Amino acid sequence: MTAHGTTTKAPLRTPPRPGRRRGPRSTSGVTYVVLVVLAVVYVAPFLIQVATSFKTDADAATNAVSLVPHPFSTAALQRLFENSDFPLWFANSAVVTLVVTVGRVFFASLAGYALARLRFPGRGLVYAAVVGVMSVPAVVLLIPKFLVINQLGIYDSYAGMVLPLLVDAAGVFIMKNFFESIPASVEEQARIDGAGTFRIFWSIVLPMAQPALVTVTILSFQGSWNELSHFIVSTQSPDLTVLTKGVAGLASGQLSQGTQFPLKLAAAALMTIPVAVLFFVFQRRIMNSSDGAVKE
Amino acid sequence: MSTTSTTTGPAGPVTTRPRRSAARSGEAVSGWLFTAPVVVLLGLFLGVPVLMALWVSVSDWTGRGSPFSAGVHFVGARNYSELLTGGGLATQDFGTALKNNAWYVVVVVPVQTALSLVLAVLVNQAALRGRGFFRTAFYFPSVTSSVAITVLWLFLFSASGAVNQVLGWVGINGPNWFNDPTGVLHALLKALGVQDGPAALTDHRLLGVTWWDWLGGPSVAMSAFIVMAVFTTSGTFMLLFVAALQNLSGEVTEAAVMDGANGWQRFWRITLPQLRPTLFTVLTLGLIGTWQVFDQIYTGTQGAPGKTTLTPAYLSYQTSFVNQEWGQGAAIAFILFVIIVVLTLFQRWLLRERSERRPRPVRRASERGTR
Repeated sequence: MTAHGTTTKAPLRTPPRPGRRRGPRSTSGVTYVVLVVLAVVYVAPFLIQVATSFKTDADAATNAVSLVPHPFSTAALQRLFENSDFPLWFANSAVVTLVVTVGRVFFASLAGYALARLRFPGRGLVYAAVVGVMSVPAVVLLIPKFLVINQLGIYDSYAGMVLPLLVDAAGVFIMKNFFESIPASVEEQARIDGAGTFRIFWSIVLPMAQPALVTVTILSFQGSWNELSHFIVSTQSPDLTVLTKGVAGLASGQLSQGTQFPLKLAAAALMTIPVAVLFFVFQRRIMNSSDGAVKE
Repeated sequence: MSTTSTTTGPAGPVTTRPRRSAARSGEAVSGWLFTAPVVVLLGLFLGVPVLMALWVSVSDWTGRGSPFSAGVHFVGARNYSELLTGGGLATQDFGTALKNNAWYVVVVVPVQTALSLVLAVLVNQAALRGRGFFRTAFYFPSVTSSVAITVLWLFLFSASGAVNQVLGWVGINGPNWFNDPTGVLHALLKALGVQDGPAALTDHRLLGVTWWDWLGGPSVAMSAFIVMAVFTTSGTFMLLFVAALQNLSGEVTEAAVMDGANGWQRFWRITLPQLRPTLFTVLTLGLIGTWQVFDQIYTGTQGAPGKTTLTPAYLSYQTSFVNQEWGQGAAIAFILFVIIVVLTLFQRWLLRERSERRPRPVRRASERGTR
C-alpha cells in the first residue's frame, strides 16, 4: 500500500516514505469519481442546450433532460434565421468586435510600450490614471457613459458603440508588463542605427510581443463579443442591435410568444460558437495567461 | 599628444549633448503620441462621464436635452436623501436591491472561492489523467457570455426544466425557481413552524425594509442566479489557484511530510497559508464582481419576482433609463461605487492586519503594491 497505485484507500494517510517523494502525488479513485461527477455537472448544461436547440417546443418542455431530440427538428433554427433579426445581430457583433479588438490591441500596445520604455513628462500620471481606471466598476459607468455619448451626438451610431470600447486599461497594463520583461538591448542597437521610435516599436518590439498580443486579443475579443451593458446605453435602433442585446430581448419575451425555449437556446448556443472556437484554438495560451495575470 | 586628448575630451560631450537631448525630446513627443489615444479615450469616456454623472446626481435633469441646459437645477443632496432617508418607494426599492445583492455576495463569494480552490487542488495533481479535459470542462462556462448563460439558466430552472426533472428522480418536488420570491431562510423557518417574525424584527425598518425581511435570505429566484454565478466564475478562479499552486515550493511540503503531517493537515497548515495572496485576490475580485449584477437581471428576471432579484446596478439602470429619474439613478450608481470601494478597502485592511503578523512583511507589502 504505497502511495503509488490507484488504491482507493485514502493515500493521504499513508505513512511518509523516507524517499524523495514530495508527498502522495498519485490520484485516488475517489478523486476521479468526484472529478467526473463535477465535470458532468459542468458540461451537462451545454449538452442539454445543444440538444434542445434541435427539439420541438413540446419535446423541450416534457423531456428537458434528454440529450436526444425526439423528433429531431430544425424548426427553431429556421425561425431564428427567417423570423428574427438574428443574422443582423450577428453581423453587428462581428463588425463591432473586429474593430474593437484591432483598436484595443493597437492602442494598448502603443501605450504599453510608451509606459514601459519611453521617458516623458507625465508618464507616472498616465500610468496612475490607467491603474485607477481599472478599479472603477463597469456598471457604475452605465449612466455616465450614456451622458457623454449623448452629449457628443454619437448616441445610436457605430461610433458610439465602438469608440468608448476602443481603450481598455487592463490591456495597457498587460502590454506594459510584457514590454518591461523583454531586454532593451535590441532596441538600443536599432536606435543607434538611426531607426525612429515608431519604426522600432512596429518592426522590432511588436513582433517580439506576440504572446502578450495574443492574450490581449483574446481578452478584447471575448470582452467585446460578450459585452451587453454598453450597447444597452449606447444604442436604441433595431438596425444597431448586437447579439447580446438581441438575445437578451428574445429571452425576456419581447419578440416571441410562449416559452420557445428551443429558439432561445439555439440563439444562445450560436452566439457562444465564436468565443468557444477562440477558446479551443488558444486553449493552452488561455490556461497559462492567467498565470501572468495573478502575479500582476 | 596631450593637446589632441584635451580637445577630444570636451568635444565629446559637446557633440553628443544636442543629439542626446534631441533624442530625449523626441522620446517625450513619441511618449505623448503613443499614449494619446488611450489618454483621450479614457478621459472622454471615463473621466468626463463620471464628472457629468456627479452633476446629474445632484440635479433635477429629466433626460431631455442637455443636463447642462438652463432648465436643469441644482438640488443638493436631495436625490441621495430620497434614497437613503426618504422612506418612500425609492428608499424601499433601494433597500430591497441592497438586501438582495448583499445576500448574493454573502453566498457567492465564499462558495465560489471554496469551490475554485477545491477544483484547483483536484486538477493540479501531478498523476491525474485527463487534467486538460477537466480544466477545460470547469473553465468553459467562464468564456460564454452572461446573456447566453442566463438564457440557458432560464430553461434549466424553469418549472418543468432539467433541474426539477433531475430533482424529481430523487423524489424532490422542485420549486418554480424564477417565479418564487420566498426567502430561503424564511422558507426554512416556516418548515420549522415559524410563520412570522418577532415584532422586534417586523416593526423596525432599515432603508424601508423590515429587519425580518433583511434576514430572510436570498429568494429562491435569486438562489438560481447564485448557482449560476458560482458555475460561471469558479473556472476562472480555479486557474488563478492552479497557477499559485504550481508556484509553491515543494520543500516546505516535503518537510511537513517528513514530520508526519497528513494530507489534511498539510493542506490547512502548509498549502493554504502560502496561497494567502491568491486567496485575497480571488476574494477581492469576487467582492467587486458580485456587487455588479446587471446582465443576468436585465436578460432574465428584470427584478421579478416580487423585486427579489432587483440589484442596485439594475435599479440604477431602471430608475434612469426607464423611469427617467436620472438624478436618482446616478445617485444609486455613486452609492454603489462607494460600497464597492469601502468593502475593497476594508478587505485590504484585513489583509494588512494579518500579514503584519507574518514574517517578511517588507516583501509582502511590495507584492501587494504591485498588484
